[in-house]
Amino acid sequence: MTERAIGMAGTTDQAAVSSRRWRTALAALGMLPVLVLLAAAFQFINPRFLTGTNLLIVTQQSSINIVLAAGMTFVILTGGIDLSVGSILAASAMMAVLVSLIPDWGMLGVPVAILVGLGFGIINGLLVAYIRLPPFIVTLGSLTAVRGVARLLGNDTTVFNSDLPFAFIGNGSLFGIPWLVIIALTVVVFSWVVLKRTVLGTWIYAVGGNAEAARLTGIKVPLVLVFVYGVSGLLAGLGGAMSAARLYAANGLQLGQAYELDAIAAVILGGTSFVGGIGSIWGTLIGGLIIAVLSNGLILAGVSDIWQYIIKGLVIIIAVALDRYRLQAGART
Amino acid sequence: MNVAAQMEAGRRPLLEMRHISKTFGATRALQDVSLTVHAGELHALMGENGAGKSTLMKVLSGAYWPDPGGEILIDGTPVATGNPIKARAHGIAVIYQELSLAPNLTAAQNIFLGNEPRRFGFVDLDQCNRRAGEILARLGVSFSARSLVSNLSLGERQLVEIARALSVSARIIVMDEPTTSLTSRETDRLFDVIAALKSHGIAIIYISHRMEEVYQIADRVSVLRDSGYVGTLERSDLSASRLVSMMVGRDLSAFYKKDHRPPDSKRAIALSVRGMSDGHLVKNCSFDLHQGEVLALAGLVGSGRTELARLIFGADRHVAGTLELDGKPVSIRSPREALDAGIAYLTEDRKELGLFLDMLISDNVNMGVLARDARVGGLRDFAVANRRAAKAMSELSIRARSAQINAGSLSGGNQQKVLLARLLETEPRVVILDEPTRGVDVGAKSEIYRLIDSLAKKGMAILMISSELPEVVGIADRVLVMRDGAIAGEVVATPGNPLSQEAIIELATGAHQR
Repeated sequence: MTERAIGMAGTTDQAAVSSRRWRTALAALGMLPVLVLLAAAFQFINPRFLTGTNLLIVTQQSSINIVLAAGMTFVILTGGIDLSVGSILAASAMMAVLVSLIPDWGMLGVPVAILVGLGFGIINGLLVAYIRLPPFIVTLGSLTAVRGVARLLGNDTTVFNSDLPFAFIGNGSLFGIPWLVIIALTVVVFSWVVLKRTVLGTWIYAVGGNAEAARLTGIKVPLVLVFVYGVSGLLAGLGGAMSAARLYAANGLQLGQAYELDAIAAVILGGTSFVGGIGSIWGTLIGGLIIAVLSNGLILAGVSDIWQYIIKGLVIIIAVALDRYRLQAGART
Repeated sequence: MNVAAQMEAGRRPLLEMRHISKTFGATRALQDVSLTVHAGELHALMGENGAGKSTLMKVLSGAYWPDPGGEILIDGTPVATGNPIKARAHGIAVIYQELSLAPNLTAAQNIFLGNEPRRFGFVDLDQCNRRAGEILARLGVSFSARSLVSNLSLGERQLVEIARALSVSARIIVMDEPTTSLTSRETDRLFDVIAALKSHGIAIIYISHRMEEVYQIADRVSVLRDSGYVGTLERSDLSASRLVSMMVGRDLSAFYKKDHRPPDSKRAIALSVRGMSDGHLVKNCSFDLHQGEVLALAGLVGSGRTELARLIFGADRHVAGTLELDGKPVSIRSPREALDAGIAYLTEDRKELGLFLDMLISDNVNMGVLARDARVGGLRDFAVANRRAAKAMSELSIRARSAQINAGSLSGGNQQKVLLARLLETEPRVVILDEPTRGVDVGAKSEIYRLIDSLAKKGMAILMISSELPEVVGIADRVLVMRDGAIAGEVVATPGNPLSQEAIIELATGAHQR
């Protein structure tokens, strides 16, 4: 059927060229139309949606997920998966709050959280790269084990610091833009630079596209793998500092539960291929925003909590199905 | 059936494809191609990559609709093969290059996949195994219908595919390059099976790049070129030079070089391999490769040629053996170390082990030298990358709209040139080329031969693995032959005596020992 549709579009050269141009433009846009459509629909249902205040809330709520999803993009681009980011976030947040309680050295909570995340990420990476265990198994294990570590850190209690020295990160703004949003955007831009402008970034795509060819080309595949899991862990640690800063507290049991699923959903919504090698960080940004817009819009629309889950799940599946269809149509030319 | 009726049936073609054209958008993939195939004939279809063979077969198998005006007749009756299920109902079966079997199922299960004999709504495994066994027996195979496909060799898997075609009473079987990954013994068996199929009145359309093969088994040969039909030769009119000139309008022997340069004491040894073993197949292989020499590594598929090459390149681990490069001992434990030492390797399997199909031509060409070209902070130097890609595209005449399109969109020959370009960018002193012209059309082949020749003239040491004997004797200076993981012997040319294909075959098969 598509075959014939393409045949008709190509009755004249002019039509063929313009249809190809249109399709290329659509491919570059990715999921942006879905985001715009969703926003328009929610605005129609509740005119409070597209107000400055609400948009700030949406972006703020999405910022931690976008930071996690950025790290997840690195991992999924190599054909892997990191299920442990939610647990790493919890452990890092615990460390952030615990360190913040040290008199005069409280600001160290942020770098410590990031280093803790990096450490766990590198362990994941070493297991995947050198012991050659499947990423799903390795990070499923650390999902559980690191969750245990997080609970251990506070003796299974919630730790507070009402005088958190880096609380501005979670609640302050710079020129009216929340710090959380600034951090998330910085992470996205930084990720773009690494993925698209550095040698390492090209290697990441190469490893995801064809790991054995990458090895035969002289790329040190294990190092690339350790790097991507390290980045994912590091950004999960940053996410931990961000949520600690926002809450003035951390809880090893509840914090970050199922965050990995939202991060994976954002990456996949962003058009990154689950088998690796294809995808972009901008797609992930849009994917993360789609998830945040859905959550916020459904609340504003007065949809019950239970139905929010069902609708979110369905939207993810439908959006990705549409995306597949679009890509297949594009690949036929 | 009386004689007259038999003759009548023989004269009426089993399959006629008339005036088939196919356009995709502005691209014309087929232009007014006609093909007539008789029952019990092997009709070879030849042409360079991109000539339209696959498109024609996809029209036949119902994967594509032909453009209006084209028609397909079976037994003289027009049929609509608009979809693969209808095509199968008309007795058309296609065996693609990439076999489509489920490796975790048995041969019998694969043969009846999607068409299982049933009893009370359940798959009747007994009947399935029995009927599969009957079909396999007809093909004279040695494995059981209950064997797991994953335990079968590639040649045996091909027979399972053929059995699957027979299970739905196919009358026209299309085989797309069926012998590409077969050993010569398996190829012979396939040819026996083909002969048996023909005697049952089954027509076979056989797509192949291998001249000798077509020569050996074809009843008629049709040639396509540039999406159009060139002509059909009867068996009695077949000759290699006519076929090649039909395909490209050039003469094959012009591609091969005339002057073999056997090594002399004046040329230094570039690579010296001693006692290389991998503990499984490769046993105690030793040889010297000279600067400016093209040394061919011949042998049957499975004789350990690729395995030996991968040991030298550090892609696999060796358990014994040493390497000397330009007289100095080197230790190579990974491809990275090999490349750093100046050894490069072109894989025989460019799609699985070579190319990054979803990445740009430019990235593919530059992949081996990214770190060398990097600017401060590990940033890519895109200006240098684009320059390298442009240079490679013009020097190796890679035909593509630009270097900024995906390598996956190129034809086989151009993909191979992209891989060669990547290899040359690393400025190696020793290159190992594993089947450098596999799955490459005649035009690109000649270009690759010229490239190999010019690299050798510049002093590069070249070790070339090839399964095509004319190619081996055509472009090598000297030939090493492997058998069962060991080097069985050496074939050299002497003044007045060119490299002998017979000598190579004797060494490869062990015939010289008897």
